[in-house]
Amino acid sequence: MTPISRGFRGRRSSSAAESRLPPGQYETRDFPVLSAGPTPRVSLDSWDFTLRSAANKSARWTWTEFLALPRQTITTDIHCVTKWSKFGTAWEGIAIDTILAAAAAQGVEPSPYVLARCDGGYTTNVPLADLMGGKAWIAFSYDGAALPPEHGGPARLLVPHLYFWKSAKWVRELRMTENDTPGFWESLGYHNYGDPWREQRYSGDE
Amino acid sequence: MTATAPTPRIAWRVATVVESITETPRTRTIILDVPGWPGHRAGQHVDVRLTAEDGYQTERSYSIASPPEDASLALTVERLEDGEVSPYLAEELRPGDQLELRGPIGGYFVWDVSQGGPLFLVGGGSGIVPLMAMLRHRDAALAAAGAEGRHRVPARLLYSSRRWEDVIYRDELARLAKRDETLEVTHTLTREAPEGWSGFRRRIDRVMLAEVAWPASERPQTFICGPTPLVESAAALLVDLGHHPGLVKTERFGPTGGAV
Repeated sequence: MTPISRGFRGRRSSSAAESRLPPGQYETRDFPVLSAGPTPRVSLDSWDFTLRSAANKSARWTWTEFLALPRQTITTDIHCVTKWSKFGTAWEGIAIDTILAAAAAQGVEPSPYVLARCDGGYTTNVPLADLMGGKAWIAFSYDGAALPPEHGGPARLLVPHLYFWKSAKWVRELRMTENDTPGFWESLGYHNYGDPWREQRYSGDE
Repeated sequence: MTATAPTPRIAWRVATVVESITETPRTRTIILDVPGWPGHRAGQHVDVRLTAEDGYQTERSYSIASPPEDASLALTVERLEDGEVSPYLAEELRPGDQLELRGPIGGYFVWDVSQGGPLFLVGGGSGIVPLMAMLRHRDAALAAAGAEGRHRVPARLLYSSRRWEDVIYRDELARLAKRDETLEVTHTLTREAPEGWSGFRRRIDRVMLAEVAWPASERPQTFICGPTPLVESAAALLVDLGHHPGLVKTERFGPTGGAV
């Protein structure tokens, strides 16, 4: 039995906001920063991005080469497992579809699972299918400006239909694998998949 | 859930308020009795769920202030002026009231004495809460170990507050440091200091960290918790001073612009 919190009234969102909020989330206008350690600093001269296949074939882009790929602008709601959601965030980035197609031309074959690897040692796992079909990007711009380091700059993964820890900051490599490998938070009690609409916050959540 | 499920779901539990303690003008500690609580590690947090009479529910996360050794669970809540939940928890909640919580949550920003030291804690404002759980745990776990045990796990806390009256756990920190020669507590006050104050009077900066932190060569385990600007700055400065980034663990909270 859920106890009633005596005297608690709460602040209901507008019904428009309500339908955009996954269960257990509230809307924030801020853009909170969450990361487990110091913000890594990397110079754009030494930055590169790699897509690696399970057979260890890879395609690699320098910063300049990466920015020369066809870009997309994205406006999307984002949902953090710590309960805040932010509506209508504006990004610019390269679709993972674009990266996969460019890599395929170099013989990099897809595999069903992806482990994102980042500066600072952070990792997160996402099924490849969740990165395809216009659902995920490598984003380098937020709100019309270069992505700030504390928000994952120079570039972060953007997978807005999953909890935001999956949108790995400071991403440098997507490694495709035949088997699913839990990433950083996925090994520390957080849900392996992380669908906010099913409230998959922690291991064991259905 | 079946017996063969790989990981049990973290269950919502009904907690009963045992006591509510005023810590500072803006913060209050809520002592909860949580039947079936599975135990926690210092540094972890819980999700709290409130339900209004009409069924409306909302959730927030709060750090656990009590050490694993305590029988009850303590949360220390700072009242945010425009908050939906914190004013209720800090002002309305009375002994006997019930709320739902689930946890413990978080497996990275955690410390226990078996991880060893030296321990360096940097807190800003209510960011002290998970760090206090670590200090309380350290104190309880080493109580039987004597001076020799304490010297194996020395600890330092650098704590930034706006004013002296905003310092959470002020008396308890003084008590802990007084009876333990291996715990050093350093305060800095950023807005206003009492007359005769001889401590730091500014935001945490490089010179302060160089003076207060363990040398990087001692490889301290560092935990930083507070508003984002403080955490960003302190973590970057420590890396700059030679600390290994993998030994610097951070937890940030609050609005992006907050400053202590």
